[in-house]
Amino acid sequence: MKLYFTLKMALNALRHNVMRATLTTLGIIIGVAAVITMMEIGKGASLAIQRAMAAIGANTVVILPGSLTIAGVATGSGSVITLTPQDGDAIQKECSSVHWIAPIVRARVQVVYGNLNWVPTYVYGTTPRFLDIRDWADMAEGEAFTDHDVLNSSKVCIIGQTVVKELFGGQSPVGRHVRIRNVDFKVIGVLRRKGANLMGLDQDDILLAPWTTIKYRVVASTLSGGNQSSSNVASTAETNQLSMIYPYLQQNLYYTQTTTEQLDASPPIRFPNVDQILCAAHSSELVTSTVQDVSTLLRQRHRLRDSDSDDFYVRDMTELTRTMASTSELMTKLLLCVAMISLVVGGIGIMNIMLVSVTERTREIGLRMAVGAEPGDILRQFLAEAVVLCLLGGTIGTLIGRGSSYVISLVLRWPTAVSAGAIIAAVLVSASVGITFGFYPAYKASKLDPIEALRYE
Amino acid sequence: MDLIELRDIHKTYNLGEVDVPVLRGISLQVGSGDLVALMGASGSGKSTLMNILGCLDRPTSGEYLLEGREISGISAKKRAKLRNHMIGFVFQSFNLLARMTAFENVLMPLMYCRNRLSEREMERRTAELLEKVGLADRSHHRPSQLSGGEQQRVAIARSLVNRPQVLFADEPTGNLDSRTSEEILLLFQQLNQTEGITLIIVTHDPGVAQHAQRIIRIKDGQIESDAVFSRTAGLS
Repeated sequence: MKLYFTLKMALNALRHNVMRATLTTLGIIIGVAAVITMMEIGKGASLAIQRAMAAIGANTVVILPGSLTIAGVATGSGSVITLTPQDGDAIQKECSSVHWIAPIVRARVQVVYGNLNWVPTYVYGTTPRFLDIRDWADMAEGEAFTDHDVLNSSKVCIIGQTVVKELFGGQSPVGRHVRIRNVDFKVIGVLRRKGANLMGLDQDDILLAPWTTIKYRVVASTLSGGNQSSSNVASTAETNQLSMIYPYLQQNLYYTQTTTEQLDASPPIRFPNVDQILCAAHSSELVTSTVQDVSTLLRQRHRLRDSDSDDFYVRDMTELTRTMASTSELMTKLLLCVAMISLVVGGIGIMNIMLVSVTERTREIGLRMAVGAEPGDILRQFLAEAVVLCLLGGTIGTLIGRGSSYVISLVLRWPTAVSAGAIIAAVLVSASVGITFGFYPAYKASKLDPIEALRYE
Repeated sequence: MDLIELRDIHKTYNLGEVDVPVLRGISLQVGSGDLVALMGASGSGKSTLMNILGCLDRPTSGEYLLEGREISGISAKKRAKLRNHMIGFVFQSFNLLARMTAFENVLMPLMYCRNRLSEREMERRTAELLEKVGLADRSHHRPSQLSGGEQQRVAIARSLVNRPQVLFADEPTGNLDSRTSEEILLLFQQLNQTEGITLIIVTHDPGVAQHAQRIIRIKDGQIESDAVFSRTAGLS
């Protein structure tokens, strides 16, 4: 028998008893609708979580310059100058998984306003993309600096809430001028409060300015000793007051370079360098590939041979990404459990009614067998009925599920997202529920003895 | 060669520990184009014999040759195929499917046909048969909207739709009044004479049996008598 006839026959049989068919599929309808709604709300929720995680920096990758090892002693990341702003531009251009990049020039400097002063934990020279990467783009007050300011090395800055409190005591700082190493900066914006990060460091204790400004106007004088994080290398040559007071105090635990050694070891500065490059991947799943892409690209750009080790470090937020992966996995499993239970219940309902239907139609089965239906034909007929029932239930359930998740997103303002996967899964699952739970009744029907079946009252 | 040949057919039902013999050595031949009445009291084994003849059941022992082919041992699937294209059934209680129209009821056996006809051909044949049984105008009625005689005629059309060689009718007039019975029997005779379809009618009504050319009486699982008449009186 052709599929077409089987389906036609199944629909015909169902049409004959609409009320019963509806009630039977109710289990499947509710099950599938619940699954779809849950999946969509769940997907919305996990999108929200993802966004929150991204705000903490789950999909960011940090590129740091490499470490210089002198006489077997590593001096730590940042002791060589290898990263350039052009590296950043190349990453943005060549790595498809990278969404944004922001070069960072760090400084540890005093900021002065009137008779108050403060040393922010972070004084970063960067580009406006930094704010996008950290999900910090909407300002509490004023506005962010622009790419134009970066090109101009404009003397503008934006500051975090802690800096506002320390220097301005709650007054609006926008439009006022602060001094950093005697350079006059105009405060053009105030960042939203972000609080402490996972390590407990105050993220609001920050001052952001165009990297060109920080680089050339503020820290240019200290450029000789590599970048800021390894500035102690440069400063050890200076007279140390402490060691004069306490002569036995060992100031440096490790071997210190002499000036000659420094000149020998560190490459001459030929280019403007940056202290780190911050990249944001398009999504947290892409972080791993981003790390690889960036490494490959930088090795090429830095002309490293295969035998050379990287002259940079690429770090991702493994802890965060792992938390995120496990969160969404947990969510999926939870939803799967709910889905399974409701679909099994619905399937049992289908099986029950199909068994009743087989008993009711024993004579029909007998007759069909008498006129030449093979057991396989009967099996297919009843199986088709169950599957059609389930598929109809699945379709209606999907529509109801979509509808209710839409209503929920309207009324409760929960984020929802259409999940094509959930819809496909619902259809497949309802078909397989139909096959699974429809098989036994159909098998029973196909095993009937035609003589007995014809005589059945 | 006879269309149907039975050789020493035995059928025993096993009810728990006791074996109940129902057919005890039946041998008979039915030629192509015969109109045979199978008579006997209830419990005589005539229904069992008809089930075996109609390939619904298998004999416990003995040989059954249909068109010279031994078929007593073939599988259920092959028997279904055989029933589909060689055998038609007409039942006492019509056995029409209530939710289908007369047209769909007649068409139904064609759906189980292995080498299927096109849909148009199927419909053409169905319409043709409904016309032959005089129900062309009622083809889209459901069985509940038809009288008993009409229902039985639909059932006859259904049994003929696959152009079988032999038709089994189990008490075809049992649920009908005498006037409609007569109509149905007339239809059977027509089919037998004009189409040459072999007809085996199971009945316990002597009035029905009169229409046959040959009456086989069964008693206690054996053939009691097998009488052949010349052209039946009932027709004239």
